[in-house]
Amino acid sequence: MHFVICAKQIPDPDTPPSAFKIDETKNEVVPAPGISPVLSQFDGIAAEAALRIKEKLGDVKITVISLGKESAQAAIKQVLAMGADEGLLLEDDAFENGDHYTTALVLSEAIKKLGDVDAIFCGRQAADWDMGQVGLGIAQLLEIPCAIIGKDVDVADGKMTVQRVLLDGFETVEMPLPSVVTVSNELGEPRYPKLQQIMQAAKKTVNKWSLADFENLEATQVGEQGRKLKLEKLFIPTSDSEVEIIEGESAQEQASALVSRLKDAKIL
Amino acid sequence: MTKNILVVGEFNQDGLSETTAELLTGASSLSSGGSVSVVLLGSGAQEKAQLSFSYGATKAYTIDNEAFSEFLPDKWAIAVNDIYEKESPDLILLEQSTVGRDLGPRLAFKLNSAVAMDCVSIESDDTGFKATRPCFGGNARATYSYSASPAVATVRAKSFEAQTQSNESGEVVQIDLAADSKVAVINREEVATEGLKLTDAPIVLCGGRGLGGPEGFDMIQELANVIGTDKAAIGSSRAACDLGWYPVANQVGLTGKVVNPDLYVGIAVSGASQHMAGCSGSKSIIAINKDPEANMFKSARWGIVGDYKEVVPALIEAIKSS
Repeated sequence: MHFVICAKQIPDPDTPPSAFKIDETKNEVVPAPGISPVLSQFDGIAAEAALRIKEKLGDVKITVISLGKESAQAAIKQVLAMGADEGLLLEDDAFENGDHYTTALVLSEAIKKLGDVDAIFCGRQAADWDMGQVGLGIAQLLEIPCAIIGKDVDVADGKMTVQRVLLDGFETVEMPLPSVVTVSNELGEPRYPKLQQIMQAAKKTVNKWSLADFENLEATQVGEQGRKLKLEKLFIPTSDSEVEIIEGESAQEQASALVSRLKDAKIL
Repeated sequence: MTKNILVVGEFNQDGLSETTAELLTGASSLSSGGSVSVVLLGSGAQEKAQLSFSYGATKAYTIDNEAFSEFLPDKWAIAVNDIYEKESPDLILLEQSTVGRDLGPRLAFKLNSAVAMDCVSIESDDTGFKATRPCFGGNARATYSYSASPAVATVRAKSFEAQTQSNESGEVVQIDLAADSKVAVINREEVATEGLKLTDAPIVLCGGRGLGGPEGFDMIQELANVIGTDKAAIGSSRAACDLGWYPVANQVGLTGKVVNPDLYVGIAVSGASQHMAGCSGSKSIIAINKDPEANMFKSARWGIVGDYKEVVPALIEAIKSS
């Protein structure tokens, strides 16, 4: 069997809000000094889902694909260190500044080109743009089934079974392979690679494909030229609230002061 | 310039969902006199059509058929696509719900167009639509325009205000359509929320990682009891859910529920932007945290810097004696 994990490198979402800056003339996030980009956390969890199934089934090859700049090699290496077998970086100036449609388009063409893929694992959303649509987009473009926001995934007997998190409950679905699943944090923490695995990952193959490797794709369909959503404005919302810190000699005093504020505001 | 808008409606036995009513009202103003159609799928669709007209729909496409009662995204996408072809709307609006977050991208990709997810505002002008949505874990907002048609957007609850309109009639178009799903639902379990739902509660008390253990939620439960369980519901940060201290169904934040109560009390919640994305629409926020630098204080109206183990019992006593 052949699994694909889609992995994205993003600005560290744990960047403190005070260090989060936007260049409004370019509509870009300014990288916080000294904070390296990371593998989007949900993609790490998607990798964990795929690796658990590989451990159970044995004969599974896992390819981790990233669409990004050369620096995205770090995200690929991290998934390789977790236990994936091979990496694939989709890198071309023409791919840059795309949107979710162009990303899903290039990823789906890459998966087609790999040829024999049985299951595709994505994070439920990238923790930068928070859209949650690339996994579904890949499935739609490849015309294969997809289940989103999985907390438990299994592959057996030509089928994928996914336990999904709904807003008010859970649901278990079954679909034929090949299929796509997007994975949520309820699955559990991704494994932490050991030093030896990190060293092994350095020796694993990472292939690179550019636009020229795709017969079916034109420069006009991808990256900035192919965008269907134009980013007009990226900004930090202003907050006009000024906090009143309730002081007091004791917790009792603070609590009574707070309760009287709430009474005055007719909240309690 | 008039615009034609299609709303993918959601309903239950009691009527249209609140957000669908909001989307219809919003669509009615965005359309500038164009048509506002609604799609209603599943048993009972026919009788809900009338309700949709009172919120501004001018036409309702219904598939009043048990076969569409269960939400199966690929099957629903076929149905909405069929109605899209009949109506050719400029904009398709969906709720940012279990339905919308699954169906929105499917439709956009099927129609070779684009979707903006989890929007908090949609505007319309002569050039088309602009959708604004939080991103970067709530740290930033992005405004998008569309260079493909139809524009598709999923919209967060309470982004528009639902208002009944004077026009209370419209055209009902019954559709007969068969579609299959490649996905089989084996099991579905609703997590029964006892009493007040988190998203309906006027007061939400939310516990975070700083509680230090699941027993912190017992103390929060006591606080909810003295306020009244008809008013106060309990939420949890993602960190506390991931640690298994509280059920996932009560998670507040970007990847959980979005709540907009009159009062939100963050108890030992640091208030990372991913969390604030789920509660920043609250009318008033109280932050209770040992760490005076905790991010939640920045969004709060009132704050108490202190150990929740002392502050919460003191609050319980203060409310009892008030």
